[in-house]
Amino acid sequence: MVLSVIALISALGVVLSKNPVTSVLCLIVTFFTIAGHYIMMNAQFLAVVHIIVYAGAIMVLFLYVLMLMNLNAELEPQKRNWLKYAGAISGGALLVVLVAALRDASMPALSAQPTEVGLIKNLGQILFKQYVLPFEVSSILFLSAMVGAVVIGKKD
Amino acid sequence: MPVQYYIFLSIALFCIGVMGVLMRRNAIIIFMCIELMLNAVNLLMVSFSKMWADAGRVDAGSAQLFVFFIMVVAAAEVAVGLAIITMVYRNTHSVDINILNRLKN
Repeated sequence: MVLSVIALISALGVVLSKNPVTSVLCLIVTFFTIAGHYIMMNAQFLAVVHIIVYAGAIMVLFLYVLMLMNLNAELEPQKRNWLKYAGAISGGALLVVLVAALRDASMPALSAQPTEVGLIKNLGQILFKQYVLPFEVSSILFLSAMVGAVVIGKKD
Repeated sequence: MPVQYYIFLSIALFCIGVMGVLMRRNAIIIFMCIELMLNAVNLLMVSFSKMWADAGRVDAGSAQLFVFFIMVVAAAEVAVGLAIITMVYRNTHSVDINILNRLKN
């Protein structure tokens, strides 16, 4: 599929590009392709939330921090090159192990007809009936993260 | 389209994220690779949700809610993490993670 190829290429671009701003832009492309996959799997609510949260909020935060730091001229020092090869080899080994372990698994094929699960009506029913306690806990988590970020980032 | 296709796509994205965490030394790029790994897991969970919905299970929406909660946790993590990186940059004028090894002794 075209979307998957774009996702993999831009994910490699995140890792391999020298400029951090290029990495951020490649990551935004990856997020849009993942949102396309969500739409193809009838998870419309998750696709919209994914684009709003990731491409709209988190990546803007990353770009803002990069702009604040002015890292464009700074290149990573090239010494200890074997560490990069070691990282690449261990990541590739993990890839090989996982693919070899799951290659023979028998899974059913996804059908093409749309399902109603991903609509916001059904997800809202589940969220506010079955998962209302994790919802409230996540609100407390957000509040504490916000307070923590302000306290850490405060000029002392 | 078989579910294996999405499993292998998620594995590839996750391993690219692992490779990035191991290879790069810029703390911001390491954070972005962590986001990439979280998204690989999210993609896998949505495809399993579709698989269960095709099988006629009524609770297939739980997986999508887990994805929702993972997004919540990722947003909180990025806020705190970028605050920490900003603090480190203010103190050391670098985001190279090898600077941070003074925590060792």
